[in-house]
Amino acid sequence: MMGAIQTGSDFLFAAAIQAPQLRPEAASSIAEGVDHLYFALTFITLFFTFIIFSTILVFMVKYRRRAENERPPDTGEHLGLELTWTIIPTLICVGLFLWASSLYFENSRPPSASTEIFVIGKQWMWHIQHPEGVREINELHVPVGVPVKLTMTSEDVIHDFYIPAFRVKKDVIPGRYSSLWFQATKIGTYHLFCAQYCGADHAEMLGWVYVMSPADYAAWLAGGVPSQTMQQSGELIFNKLGCASCHLSDGTGRGPSLLGIYSKEEELKNGDKRLVDEAFIRQAIVNPNSVVLPKYPAIMPTFQGQINEEQVLQLVAYVKSLASEERKTDGK
Amino acid sequence: MSTATIDVPEVPTGSRVNYLNAQYGVKSWLFTTDHKRIALLYLVSITLMFFIGGFFAVLMRLHLIEPQGALVQPETYNKLFTMHGVIMVFFFLVPSIPATLGNFLVPLMIGARDLAFPRLNLISWYIYVVGACFTLYAVISGGVDTGWTFYTPYSSSFSHTSVIPTAVGVFITGFSSILTGLNFVVTIHKMRAPGMTWFRLPLFIWAIYATSIIFILGTPVIAITLFLLALERLLHIGIFDPAIGGDPILFQHLFWFYSHPAVYIMILPGMGVMSELVTCFSRKRIFGYSFVAFSSLSIAIISFLVWGHHMFVTGQSIYAGLIFSVLSFLVAIPSAVKVFNWTATLYKGSISYDAPMLYALGFIGLFTMGGLTGLFLASLATDVHLNGTYFIVAHFHYIMVGGAVMAYLGGIHFWWPKITGRLYPDGWARFAALVIFVGFNLTFFPQFMLGYLGMPRRYAVYPAEFQVFNVMSSAGASILGIGYLIPLIYLTWSMRYGPAAGPNPWGAKGLEWTTPSPPPTENFEEIPVVTEDAYDYAESTVNRG
Repeated sequence: MMGAIQTGSDFLFAAAIQAPQLRPEAASSIAEGVDHLYFALTFITLFFTFIIFSTILVFMVKYRRRAENERPPDTGEHLGLELTWTIIPTLICVGLFLWASSLYFENSRPPSASTEIFVIGKQWMWHIQHPEGVREINELHVPVGVPVKLTMTSEDVIHDFYIPAFRVKKDVIPGRYSSLWFQATKIGTYHLFCAQYCGADHAEMLGWVYVMSPADYAAWLAGGVPSQTMQQSGELIFNKLGCASCHLSDGTGRGPSLLGIYSKEEELKNGDKRLVDEAFIRQAIVNPNSVVLPKYPAIMPTFQGQINEEQVLQLVAYVKSLASEERKTDGK
Repeated sequence: MSTATIDVPEVPTGSRVNYLNAQYGVKSWLFTTDHKRIALLYLVSITLMFFIGGFFAVLMRLHLIEPQGALVQPETYNKLFTMHGVIMVFFFLVPSIPATLGNFLVPLMIGARDLAFPRLNLISWYIYVVGACFTLYAVISGGVDTGWTFYTPYSSSFSHTSVIPTAVGVFITGFSSILTGLNFVVTIHKMRAPGMTWFRLPLFIWAIYATSIIFILGTPVIAITLFLLALERLLHIGIFDPAIGGDPILFQHLFWFYSHPAVYIMILPGMGVMSELVTCFSRKRIFGYSFVAFSSLSIAIISFLVWGHHMFVTGQSIYAGLIFSVLSFLVAIPSAVKVFNWTATLYKGSISYDAPMLYALGFIGLFTMGGLTGLFLASLATDVHLNGTYFIVAHFHYIMVGGAVMAYLGGIHFWWPKITGRLYPDGWARFAALVIFVGFNLTFFPQFMLGYLGMPRRYAVYPAEFQVFNVMSSAGASILGIGYLIPLIYLTWSMRYGPAAGPNPWGAKGLEWTTPSPPPTENFEEIPVVTEDAYDYAESTVNRG
């Protein structure tokens, strides 16, 4: 008796392993919400498919042709029915739209206190850099329960950063920054895929996301390859390229002072008002003449092709740091 | 058999002069301006393209039986899915129903002797063939690996394959679509028989009319987009490549501005065929004629305003996303209205299960599934997860293969006796419909599951946990492949050995059934005068002749 139960449960266990999984793991703060909408949509799909199929089946049997010269009556038109099956689907669609859009709205806005990590897509690998300077390839370590914001760009073609277990996806586009945020809720290891076709080894451009407890994450960061922080690397590049010879900190140079410039709104020479964010700083480095400030000549050369996207990100990190550390670099 | 009201002498096919035996020889086909012969030229060419594209699909599904890839290198796999997409979309689905059944039926259904511009019609076919040759050259010269979507900057600056010949082929073929659409619009406006008012037109004509409008307004956009792509690739002028100041996302806007309406180019004519089949095989007037007719037009118009739903994850603004999302929900409603009206048409009908009707019922089922799964993708929050996965692949195959190809085959089976004057073996045809329905669902239903689990599309290799659904899908594909070969065999056989079909084997309404089968070159000895509405099955005796 016991043996039979044992065998039975073994069998069930074996079947559970082999049966294909039907639902991806839900390991982020937004995953459950997305899944609820998904289940509602699945229910609506099944419901209407069932209604249409069963109606057709009933009609097929009930009104099958019984005699070759049969002439059915003309059932005419019915405005009431037409309006009913126009209005009901419209109401359902409006409801779905409101639900899906408000959820998307919430899911798209990162909480302000996010940890920032930088991602560069490149045929066919993911370069990841933490502000603390730790770099990884095709692996992303994040702490559980903390909002993480990714700032992403591509060195070549369009890629797409996709973590199914988090229900997040965003194109990674050359020449601009895109961003993505998530808050992992479950410690574990999850797939990271490139979801935009990018050439020969597109299917190999994948990696793993490691969600760790905050303590493990801190230990992992500390145990990483000893290197400079992104900001320090950025400062080195800044000095090596001679940026400081024009961008004097007292504002008397041929270029504007960069102290405290990050997250300010600046009026450009052409009258546009722009917020100085990561994308703005990147643009000022690779295409400087498109964002000239008033009172300054358009003489800065482009650095496109001289530094790669990773170095641009480090420069951006350095310029951002100048906002908060005004005093430290003062009088240099 | 009831008495024939149509006065056709009982002369065996072959001894009566018709469009097929009026002239013989290769020249008589290559220089014909008869819309019926041109329809057959298209039929042969697109069938060839369908089986080439299908062959690539079979190789892909075989390859994906194993997670590490069972058959080819990733580079080759990328070329297979690209060429499958390019050939099926531009050289089969877009011309399928309009260029074959549309060409054959538009003049016959409205009571005209030919299209408005018969020579333009022939040129359209030659343009199609020249375009197809360029694309086939691209296949032979090593293939192309950009995906049928040609996304920049991969296609403009990184791919080392035959992008330009392929783009030139698609560019050229576009003119065939534009000219065909123009021809249909003019014909439908100017050449209707006396008494054939707009609201007496068969719904197939309304659908072809709506399709023609998209042909004329949409195709020039894809033409200019591919032209710019070729310029960028050759001369590096900096339109799409960000490294030289271009915008890669601009390409996607331009591409989908055509390619989303193109989805409706593929499905609208199928919807038109459906209205003909459902009425004939239930002997009923269509339920809600004007609702079905105007839903075609509203689909054609709204289809131009939804392209941004392909780009929800490109980082387009949240507000743009909201607008495209609401419009995408909106375009679903006229499609739902059509499905409900077809179903209501069956009510109290006299339903028979001839082969064309089985394809029609298969269409309703698969199109319903395809349409409803579109709601997952119009919903912003779920689209983020499903975009770029196998869910998308499953969804659009339910529309384009489950919908458009089912309708196309249903239409071919319905009008085959009119086109060839011969009957095909009905048992085989019903069997093929069943095999295709089963094979199709087994191929594509598992792909919905794969997509939700997160398997991205266009993967030559994949993590092992996705294997079960992939094997199911591949098994389905082999059944589906056989399902498509069966009609090819018995239809070809019937052209020579099939029993002669009378003028109206289904007892169908519509002017095309008042002509002998096959029709004479001039279609009607005398231009008919129309006195009744379309699908007037209840009013007069039903005749099978």
